[in-house]
Amino acid sequence: MSVPHAMLALLSEGPKYGLRLREEFEARTGEVWPLNVGQVYTTLQRLERDGLVESDRTSEEGPQKSFRITAEGEQELARWLRTPPDLSSPPRDELVMKVLMAMRMPGTDVHEVIQAHRRYLVELMQQWTRIKEDDNAGDDLSVALAVDAELFRLDAVVRWLDAAEARIQRAAADGSLTRESPAAPQTRTLAPLPRHRREARTPR
Amino acid sequence: MSMLELRHVSKKYGQGSAEVHALHDVSLTVEEGGMVAVMGPSGSGKSTLLTIAGTLEDPTSGTVLINGQPVNAMSRNAKARLRRRTIGYVFQDFNLLPGLTAAENVALPLELDGVSGRRARIAALRGLDRLGLKERASHYPDQLSGGERQRVAIARAMVGERRLLLADEPSGALDSVNGEAVMRLLHDACKGAGMAAMVVTHDAQLASWADRVVFLRDGHVTDQTTPVQGPESLLETEQQ
Repeated sequence: MSVPHAMLALLSEGPKYGLRLREEFEARTGEVWPLNVGQVYTTLQRLERDGLVESDRTSEEGPQKSFRITAEGEQELARWLRTPPDLSSPPRDELVMKVLMAMRMPGTDVHEVIQAHRRYLVELMQQWTRIKEDDNAGDDLSVALAVDAELFRLDAVVRWLDAAEARIQRAAADGSLTRESPAAPQTRTLAPLPRHRREARTPR
Repeated sequence: MSMLELRHVSKKYGQGSAEVHALHDVSLTVEEGGMVAVMGPSGSGKSTLLTIAGTLEDPTSGTVLINGQPVNAMSRNAKARLRRRTIGYVFQDFNLLPGLTAAENVALPLELDGVSGRRARIAALRGLDRLGLKERASHYPDQLSGGERQRVAIARAMVGERRLLLADEPSGALDSVNGEAVMRLLHDACKGAGMAAMVVTHDAQLASWADRVVFLRDGHVTDQTTPVQGPESLLETEQQ
């Protein structure tokens, strides 16, 4: 979550002071990413240091100090909006690693391991769905979009677990799942995508 | 109070080497106003569970109680009456009769139960109105979108004094926005109208609308979710 860029986006609408930025950030993100005031001011100070925003030098330090975006900030914001986030890394996340390890560990029921993660993910999804319930008819678009993003992300992981479990079950049934790891020459790694597809840089 | 209770329900099909155990010792309850989702892969026994809960099939062993009444001991006629009056079914492919309008489809279960045509139509129109389909009452199923057809099917499942909703992949044929609308309606039927619902699905997004999710695998209940915490725990202040 790039708070600095979200601040730039809010300031692109016109000058604002810190407390207002915080309120608008929370409202626009469906209040699913609460911020504390200190975080807002630290972010604004960094953005000012990097020349992406400037403050009203005539006003005093404090909650009423007003900030505006600079031309360089506008450029950085446009670049950020159009640059895909870094989703290209090979599947080395912890959950994948746990299932890959459990699959061949003696005395470990991989289905039980998968189910423990599936239950946790579904419980998390239930919590996100409660936010939708509270927002009666999905009237708050920001809430609906932010919650959908989380639900689709978690759902994708549950689907991967379902597919993994089905594959493991099939492999166990046809005898191709052995406790020994495959021999080294058969091991394949996934090449990372080219660097230009990666992003994830925040302002200097 | 439990609207649906399954006690140690098992179901076998076939005999000898062709014997298949569809369900093994399944116990679960659905309270009034509660929604339970049953999740599991294809062939896990979800649909068999729903069929038995809906009294469309008998278990090989175990007991099914609906509104506290054991179904096993009921006559065929008593079961049929229970299905007509107490249980509403929602299917993935809607199962609307193509030659009847939306209102006629919704009124049909009441008419089959001996309610006069006029009273049944009034109840059907009220149900359609509640689900935002008043203007579509005289449309035939092929004149309705997928989402509207499923809403008609839900209106039909809720019409009259029904207390138990049984749904089999109710949003399986719909896009995510219409699927969510359907789940919202089922959720409202429980929380607003006090019905009990059991939804079987392989879809986690759908299941997450339920108060409790029961996981089924190879006919066994393997796990279930713990009571849902409020969303507040998700809203911790992000630290940089």
